[in-house]
Amino acid sequence: MFDDLAASVTFIQENQERFLELLTEHLQLTILSVVIGLLIALPLAVIASRIELLAKPLTWLAAIGQTIPSLAILGLMLPLLGTGFVPSLFALTIRAILPIFLNGYVGIRATDPAIVDAARGMGTGNAQLLLMVELPLASPVIFAGIKTATVQNIGLATLAAFIGGGGLGDLILQGLAMVDAPVLLAGAVPVALLAIVAELGLGRLQRVVVPAGLQSATQ
Amino acid sequence: MITLEHVSKTFTSHGQTVTAVDDVSLEVGEGELHVLIGPSGSGKTTTMRMINCLETPTGGRITVDGRDVQTMNVVDLRRGIGYVIQQGGLFPHFTVADNVAVVPRLLGWPRQKRRQRAEELLALVGLPPELFADRYPRQLSGGQQQRVGVARALAADPPIVLMDEPFGAVDPITRKQLQRELRRIQAEVRKTIVFVTHDIAEAFLLGDRIVLMAEGRIVQNATPADLLRNPADPFVTSFIGEDRGLRSLRFTSLAELAGPAPPGARPNGMILPGTLSILDAGRELAAHRDAAGDGIWVGDTTGQPIGYLTFQQFATVLGESLGDDAETPHDETAHAIHH
Repeated sequence: MFDDLAASVTFIQENQERFLELLTEHLQLTILSVVIGLLIALPLAVIASRIELLAKPLTWLAAIGQTIPSLAILGLMLPLLGTGFVPSLFALTIRAILPIFLNGYVGIRATDPAIVDAARGMGTGNAQLLLMVELPLASPVIFAGIKTATVQNIGLATLAAFIGGGGLGDLILQGLAMVDAPVLLAGAVPVALLAIVAELGLGRLQRVVVPAGLQSATQ
Repeated sequence: MITLEHVSKTFTSHGQTVTAVDDVSLEVGEGELHVLIGPSGSGKTTTMRMINCLETPTGGRITVDGRDVQTMNVVDLRRGIGYVIQQGGLFPHFTVADNVAVVPRLLGWPRQKRRQRAEELLALVGLPPELFADRYPRQLSGGQQQRVGVARALAADPPIVLMDEPFGAVDPITRKQLQRELRRIQAEVRKTIVFVTHDIAEAFLLGDRIVLMAEGRIVQNATPADLLRNPADPFVTSFIGEDRGLRSLRFTSLAELAGPAPPGARPNGMILPGTLSILDAGRELAAHRDAAGDGIWVGDTTGQPIGYLTFQQFATVLGESLGDDAETPHDETAHAIHH
């Protein structure tokens, strides 16, 4: 095991350029999918929290989407989008939408009714209620959704290799195909480390982003 | 000034039509504090919430300063009406000063003016701004949060304030304190206030008028003194008498409360013996509903007048004492008389 690890470090050193390229692709896939996912999921969550009728279908859709294996999404999209970076990004974005949407919807709905009542009674318009009250109050929960999506997509992005989307999954596939543990680990270990770094880093970021008055409530 | 003309509110729940408010007419004069009181489900909160359009009446008309609220822009209407609720409803992510300045912020006041106004109001409600302005709501006690709630309602200096059981969720000692503070503040700012409560003591202490509601209707709308003297029906009597705090009034006698008689006045109407407890005196008054004058003469055992107590004082004392087991009635009443 330790031999394999040492060998994989050597492999990375010897193939530095390729490794960095794959790492960059991996990060691009993850970050882009989460950002696009956020841009789609948050408005959907707001709509669901506003229009009671849409809330249920959207949550169901989200829940069902979450249960379809990512590999299956990749396979299903193959005839439509072909292979490469874009379809991989598409599949990962779908997976990023779900946790962010669910957390956003739940977070907004969980706003203390007394606070909403007070805000309305003081004369906040719809947009003000959302921007001044509901979204800031839901921000810890929304942020947790973003964290989940990010960590999850760091792992899922390895599957992009199956359809030529690049990323560290390339090394894992290569290692599997050639029964070469050091190469496999050269892909797998950095992915695991990335997930841990993302978890910790986003935790830090949360303390900056979430309003000060809510800080103790989130810990 | 607020007027309600034959206002009703019905809604459908599980296919059944429920009448929450039934033909309520009310006039709240400028600078007056009207207490809406009644058991839960009496429609008092719904009635109040229709004034700032948080609920829409299904019948009748509500006007504020002569303008039908239904025809007004709700956002503008609400920004001109202070609003305090039981659970505080403070924004946890805003500092205390920012919470107070929410409406000024919505109205687009410049930052510095908002801050200055917030500090003024915190001082008014007894929270020194240098200590409290930059705290967050979670760092305050329940009573302090309610003070911030009151300050917030007054921030943009609205002529009207609606208060929905603002002190209902705090402990009895704090509640009594907040009630006294509100009375002091109201004497200073003279807002037109509609105050919802189910606490009869609070109603007596604060109300210029008490509007007693049951099952969506107004049972009696009277000054506190009149409510005591002329309860409209047995429901009113029982509602006034229901409070267990009345028991403490058994131990305070009229003689302890009575002030000197107004110079030159002669006893007219009834003279009650000074040994009578406040509670019994209340019953006596209720039994003689057409008692003349504006107060009670207090006599010694031989019937010679030794003091005088206005009905207003009497009502205030009742309000101060009712529902308050935490302090002795004597201290309470002494406080009431000297103020």
